[in-house]
Amino acid sequence: MSAQADEIVEQNEPDPLSEVEGLAALAVYTRAYLGRIKGGQLGSIPAMAGLIVISAVFAVVHPGFLSAYNIEALVIQAAPIIIMAMGLIFVLLLGEIDLSAGTTGGLCAAIMAVLLLRHGAPWWLGAIAALVAGVAIGLGMGWLRARIGIPSFVITLATFLAFQGVTLILIGGQGSVILPGGSPLIGLENSFIPLWAGWVLLAVVVAGYAAVKINDAAGRRRAGLPPTPMAVIAVKVATLAVLGALFTYVLGINRNLTSNAFFSSKAQGMPWVVLLLVLLFAAWHFVLSRTAYGRHLYAVGGNEEASRRAGIVVSRVRISVFAICSGMAAVSGIAAASLLQSVQSNAGAGNTLLLAVGAAVIGGTSLFGGRGHMIDAVLGGLVVAVIINGMSDLIQGANSAGFEYVVTGAVLLLAAGFDAVVRRRGRTT
Amino acid sequence: MSDIPTLRLRGVDKSFGAVHVLSAVDFSAAAGAVTALVGDNGAGKTTLIKCVGGIYQVDAGEFLVDGKPVTVHDPRDAAALGIEIVYQDLALCENLDIVQNMFLGRERRTRLGTLDENTMEKLARQTLASLSVRTVRSVRQGVASLSGGQRQTVAIAKSVLWQSKVVILDEPTAALGVAQTAQVLALVRRLAEQGVAVILVSHNMNDVLEVADSIAVLYLGRLAAQVRRSDVTQTQVVELITAGRSGDLGLSPAESSGATV
Repeated sequence: MSAQADEIVEQNEPDPLSEVEGLAALAVYTRAYLGRIKGGQLGSIPAMAGLIVISAVFAVVHPGFLSAYNIEALVIQAAPIIIMAMGLIFVLLLGEIDLSAGTTGGLCAAIMAVLLLRHGAPWWLGAIAALVAGVAIGLGMGWLRARIGIPSFVITLATFLAFQGVTLILIGGQGSVILPGGSPLIGLENSFIPLWAGWVLLAVVVAGYAAVKINDAAGRRRAGLPPTPMAVIAVKVATLAVLGALFTYVLGINRNLTSNAFFSSKAQGMPWVVLLLVLLFAAWHFVLSRTAYGRHLYAVGGNEEASRRAGIVVSRVRISVFAICSGMAAVSGIAAASLLQSVQSNAGAGNTLLLAVGAAVIGGTSLFGGRGHMIDAVLGGLVVAVIINGMSDLIQGANSAGFEYVVTGAVLLLAAGFDAVVRRRGRTT
Repeated sequence: MSDIPTLRLRGVDKSFGAVHVLSAVDFSAAAGAVTALVGDNGAGKTTLIKCVGGIYQVDAGEFLVDGKPVTVHDPRDAAALGIEIVYQDLALCENLDIVQNMFLGRERRTRLGTLDENTMEKLARQTLASLSVRTVRSVRQGVASLSGGQRQTVAIAKSVLWQSKVVILDEPTAALGVAQTAQVLALVRRLAEQGVAVILVSHNMNDVLEVADSIAVLYLGRLAAQVRRSDVTQTQVVELITAGRSGDLGLSPAESSGATV
């Protein structure tokens, strides 16, 4: 950029402290937004567009795709992927990778299942043990990365293999451990929030979102800073409310086709895992966007040396992200176990990790560090689940699993290529 | 400047193994003035500022801040004394915006412990306004979209924000074009006008002669001379840099030639 560009900028400069209101404020906001997009900061747009396009294609070629039954299947398939991707985003923000997140999740779920079945532990104790094991594994890998200095892909490639072995040893020869029936662990993915509670959850989410946004705007106004225009907030809140209501309504439809006088159980409402997703999203989004710790994650991912000079203890930050990632992998492993109602001896192996990394990257998180948000996990996870779900309907026959792998791999490669191109463009501006 | 200098070094020695990089360096920087630190490559400029910044520890010598002896063991000590170094490579996070960079590592928090974005944004704006910075469109702009001069501005403004007593600028104009160099030099002057003791490390003789009040010349690890800008000509400064002496100024002939490698 030249001095000439500086002058142009100077001329357009709106007086920062002037009270711009109404349409003028909206124009300023829109211009800033378009500027960010032009600068390569596309945010959630590609993932959102991808989700709509892919869903539309599958809906056309496969009429049952948008049925309430299939939407529920999509949600419960996506949940473990989304949870794992949420954890991976922390590691990716620092430009690191955890290739073992899948098998860590599998191992933690196996620990839980073994405690439950062979030692008769209550479900919550098993879940806590899985979580503690996950965090401990993450601390160990983070320590190896930060203090010993082994590259993260080597550490996690080693643990990827080793944890598969540990899971195999724990589960033993029988191939799988079935979770006790009726346990809340199974209910997570297989039973449903009462309809009224679903609507209450929606109301809480929408009202909470609106309250945060309005409070932020009021705070900026009090501080004499130009607030986000009310119209923008209104549009965002309304979008969330409409999409949420649609989701709650569709999942409220009874999916049980065989109800009659003798068999009257209904399958309606959203799976409990949706509540877990909402809570995890809110908590981690808060950490990333509103705390100094979250700010430091972006800083270290953006420029490690600058962060160090600013007094951030980089090694501590680095260890912490591995702990968070492995802890979330454990939660994801529990959700996957709930989905299958059992833990297999190959739990978390295969393409589990690939799908989660794919989800984060498709959502807009950079593999080079410094860029990523919690919403990326949700949108990317949905895209991945839609592809898996739609493909399995579309491709039948002996080689369907093979094709699924090929397509998922291609999508991840595409997203990573997009990430690399965006990054290069961002650097040259 | 008859009063006590903000920063004063006396008899600073520093060697790396057998190599004496600094020997018996006396140097001072006064509040409200720009002190240029010049010298040829390898004269010890970078080592000297790293000693001041606490990155290196001196082998011998005294540090005085506002006339009081102090010890600097690491960069935190230096920061606590109000000494800030703006490095040549700037060390900004490109993925963060201007406010986030200016407060990095020293974020303001609300009573609830969350980031106090509004206060930080307001202070960042006030700081840039106090330095009459007009080239930055919005303090919420990402640093990746800034030009070299704008980045330098942000890095300098950061030191003002933290009310540093001594700001050391390491080659601030090295990577800049003509117009941006002029902007940054104007900023350096305004920084001094705010009462900061500015130390400008530079290779560029034009910059130094234009902006400095006092010029300290290092020659092979020794302080050849520290002179008032108004007392010297460009030729004299160049002679001091290249030969360690110029007429009556500088090291004695024996010292300057004896040190030649």
